Amino acid sequence: MSAIDAGALNARELRSADRRHRLFLFGSGLPALLLVLVTFVLPIGWLFWLSLFDADGQLTIQNYTRLLEPIYVLTFVQTFKIAVIVTVVCVLIGYPYAYFMTKGPHWLASLAMGVLLVSLWTSLLVRTYAWLIILQRRGMANDLLMALGITDVPLSLVHNLTGTVIGMVHIMLPFMILPLYAAMKSIDPIYNQAAAAFGASPARAFRDVFLPLSLPGLAAGATLVFVITLGFYVTPALLGGGKVQMISMRIESDVSMYANWGAASSLGVVLLIATLLMLFIVKKGAGFSRRSE
Amino acid sequence: MSVDHKLSMSIDIENLTKTYSGFAALDDVSLSIKSGEFLSLLGSSGSGKTTLLMALAGFVRPDAGSIRFGGREMIFEPPHKRDVGMMFQSYALFPHMNVFQNVAYPLKLRGYKRAEIRQRVEQALATVELDHLIERGITEMSGGQRQRIALARAIVFEPKILLMDEPLSALDKRLRETMQLELRRLHERLGMTVVYVTHDQREALTMSDRIAVMSKGKIRQVDTPLNLYERPANRFIAEFVGESSCLPVSVEGGQIHFQGRALRTASQASGLQQPSLVVRPEKLQFVTSDAADFNLLQGHVSDVIFQGESQLVQVDLGEGMAVAIRRPTRSSSDNRLPVRGEAVTLGLHVQDTLVVGEQA
Repeated sequence: MSAIDAGALNARELRSADRRHRLFLFGSGLPALLLVLVTFVLPIGWLFWLSLFDADGQLTIQNYTRLLEPIYVLTFVQTFKIAVIVTVVCVLIGYPYAYFMTKGPHWLASLAMGVLLVSLWTSLLVRTYAWLIILQRRGMANDLLMALGITDVPLSLVHNLTGTVIGMVHIMLPFMILPLYAAMKSIDPIYNQAAAAFGASPARAFRDVFLPLSLPGLAAGATLVFVITLGFYVTPALLGGGKVQMISMRIESDVSMYANWGAASSLGVVLLIATLLMLFIVKKGAGFSRRSE
Repeated sequence: MSVDHKLSMSIDIENLTKTYSGFAALDDVSLSIKSGEFLSLLGSSGSGKTTLLMALAGFVRPDAGSIRFGGREMIFEPPHKRDVGMMFQSYALFPHMNVFQNVAYPLKLRGYKRAEIRQRVEQALATVELDHLIERGITEMSGGQRQRIALARAIVFEPKILLMDEPLSALDKRLRETMQLELRRLHERLGMTVVYVTHDQREALTMSDRIAVMSKGKIRQVDTPLNLYERPANRFIAEFVGESSCLPVSVEGGQIHFQGRALRTASQASGLQQPSLVVRPEKLQFVTSDAADFNLLQGHVSDVIFQGESQLVQVDLGEGMAVAIRRPTRSSSDNRLPVRGEAVTLGLHVQDTLVVGEQA
């Protein structure tokens, strides 16, 4: 770079113009950088700091050792179990839905997108209460199931794991479908044509070409759903009816019932680390599957 | 050209029609392509050439007509049962597979054994001189390399029919010309039937055994490159293939007149509708006014353009008519170039004097 003689025609001026340009780029990014530092990095550091003190302000690791008690271990297991179930169900419903939006007739695809967006724009609380009404003992869901003769007695669909999962899947579906849809839309149909031209049946072309090319979108959607579900509070609290315990609820009770910030913080820290670990594994796995294909 | 019928198949297209909401993309097209032939579909965009190729591949379902490969009706077969090699304009190499996996894909679908797949892929890649890149990713490849990989994938299973949709259009001029010659040699060696879509007439002239010129969903002329250029069937072909000026001529008592003089022609010109004289730049020369065997055109030089290997002299013939004459740039050129505004006499040899009608 410095091979150019500083005395060459306009060399000094051009170099300083270059420097000014880089300074401008750095300067224009600085406010956002500071905002992130103040609103994300500092609170997380603060959270970690708090987790090292007990209710009396004494330095301790008791907040973490406490998490090894069965009740907390069970909560963690249940939280991850729910997140896995919700993610899997979202994949099973979301993939065909996104595929339909990508390949289906235009007007139906627009309708499908409209339904999805209206649901996304409706308040989370409204949707959760709506499920509470639909799923209750004499609600629409049970009426329908009984009218269809699928069941004779009303099923308990709410205030348990079933209701929690149904509600969370509904809330989470847009986060699954939108990244998937974006990924599917960007797959050039020419690849399927090429596969067909070389002898692949539509099913084979889907398996060999479309599915692997849509995997990054699937990974993005699944990660989003999984991570948000891990920290979900409102919907499981209302639809679980106290029978479903997730980490977010333990945090809430630690803070509002016992004012034990240290205990709540340690839960937050462990949840964060577990989430990061999951993201890391998914990223590794996605990279591996892309290479091995 | 060796035509081994084990390696190639004839294609018979009969009365093929395809309409898109009132617009005829294919208008009653019939064409017979011989086994082992290299046939180009030449036309501007919207002429129907790509629609015809896609109908052969099975991606476009025609409204009516018949397509037979080696005598077998194919019109109802889905693309994956037509067993043709295909090269797409954008190459359509699978981005999630490496070079080997891409080329191996048609073999994998045909149930070849592992060892044989390996051997055939290596052989196909050697044919396009890319065997050293076999384990590389597609995204690492340049445009020219991708083009060759797509070619290797299209020929790896030795298809009897190879369909190509403007496969060279994304390459720069120099690489394109090299690849034209390579594709020609490859065709001679492998002997399959090739249908090649292009809008580049020079490419079509360079590579083809025969060229089918299309416009508005119809085939306007099917002929060898030489005949297409020297004996265009009508004014459309004359203007589309090669540079040419078409000048209106009058017919009086079976005799063709231009600029008040009778034209001597090599071909029969009676019965043509709205006849035109076809003048190509390289056929003209500067002559003195008493040259024998030449038809003479009088005009004034309007421009002299240097184009590297040749110079183009534009000559205004009056009455809104103009022609161009091309001369090689040689320092030993016989005579000096005229200057702008100079009055010149151009000679067109009787054998090169071509009169065509509006329609065939």
